[in-house]
Amino acid sequence: MLYRENGQFKTTYAADQQIFPIAQDKWFVLGLIAFAFIGVPLLADEYLFRAILIPFLILALAALGVNLLVGYCGQITLGAGAFMAVGAYAAYNFLVRIDGMPLLGAILLGGLTTAGVGILFGIPSLRVRGLYLAVATLAAQFFCDWAFLRIKWFTNDSSSGSVSVSNLEMLGWSIDAPVEKYLFCLGIIVLFGLLAKNMTRATIGRQWMAIRDMDVAAEVIGIRPMFAKLSAFAVSSFFVGVAGALWGFVHLGSWEPAAFSVDRSFQLLFMVIIGGLGSIMGSFFGAAFIVVLPIFLNQFLPALGHLVGVSISTAAVSHAELIIFGSLIVFFLIVEPHGLARLWSIAKEKLRLWPFPH
Amino acid sequence: MKFRSLALAAALATVGLTATIASPSAQAQAKEQFFPVIVYRTGAYAANGAPWANGYVDYLKLVNAKGGINGVKLSFEECETGYATDRGVECYERLKGKGATLFQPLSTGITFALTEKAPADKIPLITAGYGRSESQNGAVFSWNFPLLGTYWVGADVAVQHIAKQLGGADKLKGKKIALVYHDSPYGKEPIPVLQELSKTLGFELQLLPVAHPGVEQKATWLQIRQSRPDNVLLWGWGVMNSTALKEAQATGFPREKMIGIWWAGAEPDVKDVGAGAKGYTALTLQHGAEPNSKVVKDMLDLVHAKGQGTGPKDEVGSVLYMRGLISAMLGVEGVRKAQERYGKGKVMTGEQVRWGLENLDLDQKVLDGMGFAGVMRPVQTSCLDHMGSSWVRVHTWDGGKWNFSTPDWYQANEKVLRPMVMLASGKYAEEKKITPRTPEQCKQ
Amino acid sequence: MGFFIETLIGGLMAGMLYSLVALGFVLIFKSSGVFNFAQGAMVLFAALAMARFSEWANAALGGDSLAMANLIAFVGAGGVMWFVAWAVERFVLRKLVNQEGATLLMVTLGITYVLEGVGQTLFGSEIYNINVGMPKDPVMMFESVFDGGILINKEDFIAALIAAVLVGLLTLFFQKTPVGRALRAVADDHQAALSIGIPLNRIWVIVWLVAGVVALVAGIIWGSKLGVQFSLATVAMRALPVVILGGLTSVPGAIVGGLIIGVGEKLSEVYIGPMVGGGIEIWFAYVLALIFLLFRPQGLFGEKIIDRV
Repeated sequence: MLYRENGQFKTTYAADQQIFPIAQDKWFVLGLIAFAFIGVPLLADEYLFRAILIPFLILALAALGVNLLVGYCGQITLGAGAFMAVGAYAAYNFLVRIDGMPLLGAILLGGLTTAGVGILFGIPSLRVRGLYLAVATLAAQFFCDWAFLRIKWFTNDSSSGSVSVSNLEMLGWSIDAPVEKYLFCLGIIVLFGLLAKNMTRATIGRQWMAIRDMDVAAEVIGIRPMFAKLSAFAVSSFFVGVAGALWGFVHLGSWEPAAFSVDRSFQLLFMVIIGGLGSIMGSFFGAAFIVVLPIFLNQFLPALGHLVGVSISTAAVSHAELIIFGSLIVFFLIVEPHGLARLWSIAKEKLRLWPFPH
Repeated sequence: MKFRSLALAAALATVGLTATIASPSAQAQAKEQFFPVIVYRTGAYAANGAPWANGYVDYLKLVNAKGGINGVKLSFEECETGYATDRGVECYERLKGKGATLFQPLSTGITFALTEKAPADKIPLITAGYGRSESQNGAVFSWNFPLLGTYWVGADVAVQHIAKQLGGADKLKGKKIALVYHDSPYGKEPIPVLQELSKTLGFELQLLPVAHPGVEQKATWLQIRQSRPDNVLLWGWGVMNSTALKEAQATGFPREKMIGIWWAGAEPDVKDVGAGAKGYTALTLQHGAEPNSKVVKDMLDLVHAKGQGTGPKDEVGSVLYMRGLISAMLGVEGVRKAQERYGKGKVMTGEQVRWGLENLDLDQKVLDGMGFAGVMRPVQTSCLDHMGSSWVRVHTWDGGKWNFSTPDWYQANEKVLRPMVMLASGKYAEEKKITPRTPEQCKQ
Repeated sequence: MGFFIETLIGGLMAGMLYSLVALGFVLIFKSSGVFNFAQGAMVLFAALAMARFSEWANAALGGDSLAMANLIAFVGAGGVMWFVAWAVERFVLRKLVNQEGATLLMVTLGITYVLEGVGQTLFGSEIYNINVGMPKDPVMMFESVFDGGILINKEDFIAALIAAVLVGLLTLFFQKTPVGRALRAVADDHQAALSIGIPLNRIWVIVWLVAGVVALVAGIIWGSKLGVQFSLATVAMRALPVVILGGLTSVPGAIVGGLIIGVGEKLSEVYIGPMVGGGIEIWFAYVLALIFLLFRPQGLFGEKIIDRV
């Protein structure tokens, strides 16, 4: 009843091709962004910012990058954690080694470096496919883990191999308080989200999708697989690298290579698949699900136990957390293999018909 | 049907989310000093993390059973990290909101991350026997307390011990020492000290990293077999230690020539190697397995006898249990010291606890009175020395339990370590644009 | 020279141990197209069950007969793995027929979490022992020929033998038994197999059971070597390059791949490692596998990937 596009006539091609052709969608998303910028800073407390919202935003950005590669171009990667590490360490080096390097500049240069590394590790994709490629990308993961531990230059000769940054500042704005960090991340993510959305609607995105759906056919109609695949690796790595730099700079402040271990790679792939392959929105859903669920279970289970009158030990809680987390993943994949984003669009379909059943 | 069940799940998740958001606002009750307990009882290092956590929590219970700190009862809450840094940060933020006044991160990675956050939140970090070695310099690292010893102390004492066995530091010349280490910041901490010592004392140092988690070390031990070092230093954690001992057995390297750091010298490291690890020695942070000490007897009488023990009874007094217990004791004593200045019977803030930890003065009489006779030696902290003491002992596995093979107590060589600490902390201060505190500021 | 041979032998034996884990991957992928990341967790789960059952059985028997206790434990752990196989088929696979590879891969990661959680809840998260009487001390050979002799690790040697026997048995099982034939038929074409009356569901249970038993054997060998604890699950990470090098669908590939990876990573660590600071064996194994893949994208013995447009 409320959600219906009746009466919204498109009179130009531009109007027909806008991101949200339905007015309600547009207003909803704009409202959501406005709420994130204005409402959330007023409502949320420090815990929410530092422990949930900031990690969520950063990982959503990384998931977005992974989704461009896995969801849009169909190249499964298990090396995303390594690319985050490359982004973080590259940005760190730019910041420390070049005097007067602005924060944003360092982060973006970190992303660009990652894009280069991504192209390098993307080369095997021209020959190797599917699950073989997935395992091959683990080479990137383990190589980077090793390189950042062993090559002292990357860590500015720190004796232990861990690095730290502080006094973040952009154009005289000192990014210190949790809410400022949140706004900084949010700003970047909104921009990158818009960028990703537009890329996937443009020629390049269509090329990726053609390669994903059937690479031989795509080649026949004149798409260069090398360009398409490597550009997907580059763009995806750029996103992931920027996310990595944010993770190191903004969220952790000080990190060691273990912060970007293979578990992180799996986590990112989880987000993409749970959220929905080939969906920008899905990356956000997936990130929210994977970030919040374990924390929620961890706090909710003891409370639940308390309610029933049993006290559950920390070990039992964390084991239960693993079990429930795993089962929920299985459950979601069985019920909706196309992810939470698909659920979102089903909901929209239903809403469009509501209150009529068909 | 499919859609409905999913919608239901989504609704449940929303309710849950609200609960998650709402819960941290519940404050600890007044008149209770809140102790956050960051632990890992699951995951790759669970076998080592659990006894530490049990000892920590048991000691807090013991203090409560004895009436608290000048009447202030202790409350505590555990938070599970699984040894992951981002989970540790989440735990920190959550427990901070509940009124935590000191943290013991129990992981080098989490320590590094929290070192950046603690000064802003004005919460001290105790890292007894781990963490960054240069944080001994309290003038720069106002909020870090690597009490009892750092890895640099460990490295120095390990070399002293080898020298003593050989009959003098001059005998080290021309010897070969291999460091088998966990390939992470934790394992790499001792390297600068060992390199420095190898230069001055003239022994050869061989570095052999083992990738996390350390289940495959065949190549490492083949290299040891080839280069035949005189001693092997083992800087591992968790499964890496027992695997190293098994590989040593399989390649015939004498276990008597292996020296472990204190995190490689507890029961879980050697238990399943059993007789195969006989003769293996490890450093300890003053204490070993102390089943006969008075504090353990108190614990059994006042806590475990009442059925309030956290872990199994036979674990009480084991090495890692004792380390947890002593870590908790140091925190509690910091609060007690703070109360002396800021008012007995009051709940202390993070800043006040920090002062207490910085002015800790546990002499032998106090320690003996608390039941630590024969377990610990005095600890005295100051502004410039946040470590407090560098006493280390060496114990040996006899195939069934840990024994002190020598009555010796070692102490780190300040002449070697102090300049390194000052240099490294100076570099940190410069990077972070921190002005080190002057002696006058320290007195405040 | 003596040291080179020793490294080579060490590598071959480590390779056989990897193959054992890799076999589990291959079996499941071959017959159901699922890339089973949970294989590592299955190894852990099986080893935990074995270790605790053996401990309990030993206590129940009064500690006289370790062999008897181990036998009981082995049967018990086998039963547990059968239950796992049944549950995976009943609650997961059956509902995910014909999904994409990536989805199935994620599902097995979900199963990994469940198995890790359940395993630690049921059996505890400490370090446990599996004592099947493996000899621990080294033997020296050819001491007159080479300086210092060649060290043979008896435990590894026996483990390698067991792995070889297991592979032989599996080959026989696949080639000679009716069930094996049915398995191969399912692997070739699900629908054709269904249409001639092969019960798909039961076949999947059998495959997962076989993979579970392989995991159990791997768990016993690795567990007796390392102690049974959580990190056992990470052994799977070491076995992955083996699988892709050998080819996802080939049982002999898992063995040959294992040997190549084992030798490659030990030689690289010992001879190249010291030049770059050491610790290179993990990524070297993956890079080695990747190099092979560049020449044969389906692995050494994998089925050729045919594109149909």
